[in-house]
Amino acid sequence: MDMSFSPEDQAFRAEVRQFLRDRLPARLSEKVRLHQELTKDEIEEWHGVLNEKGWLAGNWPVEFGGAGWTAIQRHIFEEESALAHAPRILPFGIAMLGPVLQKFGSKEQQEHYLPRILNGQDWWCQGYSEPGAGSDLASLKTTAVRDGDHYIVNGQKTWTTLGQHANWIFCLVRTNSTVKAQEGISFLLIDMTAPGITVRPIVLLEGTPEVNEVFFDDVRVPVANLVGEENKGWTYAKYLLTHERTNIAGVGFATAGLAALKRIARAQVANGRPLIENPLFAARLAEVEIDLMAMSTTNLRMLAQAAAGQVPGAESSMLKLKGTQIRQAINDLTRRAVGPWALAFPSEALEGANDDAPPGPAEAAGATRAYLNNRKLSIYGGSNEIQRGIIAKSLLGL
Amino acid sequence: MDFGFTEEQTMLGESLARTLERGADDSALFDLGAGAALMTEEAGGFGGSGADILMVFRTLGRAGAVTPLLDSVVLGAGILADAGEADLAEAAASGAARIAVALDEPGQRYDGTVATRAEGDRLTGEKSVVPGAEDATHLIVRATDGLWLVETGAEGLAMRGYALMDGGRAAEVTLKDTAARRIGDVSLLEQPLAAAILAVCADALGVMEKAVELTTDYLKTRKQFGRPIGSFQAVQHRMADLLTEVEQARSAVWNLAGNLDAPDRDRHVAATKSLVGRVALYVAEETIQLHGGIGMTEEYELAPLARRLLAADARFGDSDHHLERFIAVSAA
Repeated sequence: MDMSFSPEDQAFRAEVRQFLRDRLPARLSEKVRLHQELTKDEIEEWHGVLNEKGWLAGNWPVEFGGAGWTAIQRHIFEEESALAHAPRILPFGIAMLGPVLQKFGSKEQQEHYLPRILNGQDWWCQGYSEPGAGSDLASLKTTAVRDGDHYIVNGQKTWTTLGQHANWIFCLVRTNSTVKAQEGISFLLIDMTAPGITVRPIVLLEGTPEVNEVFFDDVRVPVANLVGEENKGWTYAKYLLTHERTNIAGVGFATAGLAALKRIARAQVANGRPLIENPLFAARLAEVEIDLMAMSTTNLRMLAQAAAGQVPGAESSMLKLKGTQIRQAINDLTRRAVGPWALAFPSEALEGANDDAPPGPAEAAGATRAYLNNRKLSIYGGSNEIQRGIIAKSLLGL
Repeated sequence: MDFGFTEEQTMLGESLARTLERGADDSALFDLGAGAALMTEEAGGFGGSGADILMVFRTLGRAGAVTPLLDSVVLGAGILADAGEADLAEAAASGAARIAVALDEPGQRYDGTVATRAEGDRLTGEKSVVPGAEDATHLIVRATDGLWLVETGAEGLAMRGYALMDGGRAAEVTLKDTAARRIGDVSLLEQPLAAAILAVCADALGVMEKAVELTTDYLKTRKQFGRPIGSFQAVQHRMADLLTEVEQARSAVWNLAGNLDAPDRDRHVAATKSLVGRVALYVAEETIQLHGGIGMTEEYELAPLARRLLAADARFGDSDHHLERFIAVSAA
């Protein structure tokens, strides 16, 4: 047994750390640290910095313009980025669509779309969920009917994260409704500027319009925008979901969140002493830290398996479950740590909310915002109930 | 033994619910006697018992109503009545005056550490998260040497307002050589604060009942995998746990309502606030989770309920603060 990183990996970590010190603008990391919403320009700015270095697509092979990192290197990069409060790399083009096109797309599609993801020409969003198809994704109803060289698309997608900024959407659509649900689904690339598409923002409970509904009304999509074969979309979607789950544990986010929580707990008081010295609070903090230590080793054990060539299986469901529980526990403790300031509603976007900043240090509003927004962690990417079902079925055979 | 309400209390609760359903404003609530129902007869009201407070605030919580009844009446008028300020207490209970109570100071969490001090009849200091301050005619301010009354038009008084998670508003308040009148010792706070904590807990109970009903309805209608998601046993068990915890919260609220004037009142205050705060967070988180994405959206009615439950825990000391209070009071 050797639980240490190799000298090469340690050197890589040092290089990433130095790069983040040199190139991550403080005005971006400050907003990330305080859980403030980044603008489209700010997200694109950070993508640009990473792309210039060749680090935007760590998961892509070098032949497609990626960094070709190992699973361990990707983990190191993600962890260091989270600790430095770097903006999150948008997963839609890089982590989700890219690998699908590389594996199932045509040469023309690869040559056209992949460079545009890297250089920021295209902003992709994900058209999977529908109002009636959430956990039961295969029941999706958006149709694509062939009409000469085009598909005519009708239907509705929802929970489309940052779709308001996107100019392209990859969609699961129904191309055959006479067969088993999973066998009549196709994977289609759709230009968001095409006539017949309407985007409606959905405001979430912390007040940000982070997700959207996307409506398709007789939208004409060239047949050339079909990825792979017609009616094979479910296979591609499942492949994409395994990539969505690579950083599912969120160890870096949890570690950064824990450090922020400790900073706040040192500044806040309980019984006239720093909150971090309060026995009850210290015990709650210790419990979550102990959980995180174990979970990050689970994460590394699975990375080592992946590095040894094993395909990640249902074990990633345990990482999703435990990882989101730990992050939500940290969010909860952070909100509690700011005391009565947690009474203030942190949003300025909602009607009825005031233009004035919420009271207390900026961390206080950030704590409430993060707590509310991160309720999504246990809902999206396959809800925790779905993950429990997978664990019971695939790992236990129940 | 009787865990029921009197006929008068039941009638008040029903007419209050109907009035709120019609979208009544504050003056309609005061006209209905909602303020007077929260005051004892000695204080010019016709109620003021634990059961009265429970009935009124559980109804307000169910309706999601944002009113001045907690801050201006239970707490404000309650303090004023005990301080012998009968006229202003009655004015607050009838809605003619509005009272906001400035207890906490910035960065002190729930410690109640106070630096605001008087020099002669002038107050100087900073108060944090004062609900209802912007609409108040008077502030009751906790200073180092007792409770002081300040008119909100007074010179040297500044406020910065913002929205609260429960739908109301609060302000950060600064006093600089502001004219004030001392109305009594800090100990005057104890009984009205216990009543106010009961009110917050009863309100949270109403919100929790509503959140559980909403979730149950959703689980019956939302279909995935060809059947209502409420037909999955894993989901059923979680709803059963949820309902059982809300039942615990209901009994905790009764415990405090029945012991508001008991010698071990403070033990009940701590026990009830700790349990209700803990269950409130659990209900907020679990009802969102059981809804899925729709539970996180502003356009669905769960979001304001969840935020109100979070606010209930953070008001007057959270569940951990009262857990420690319970240990301290029990050891004493």
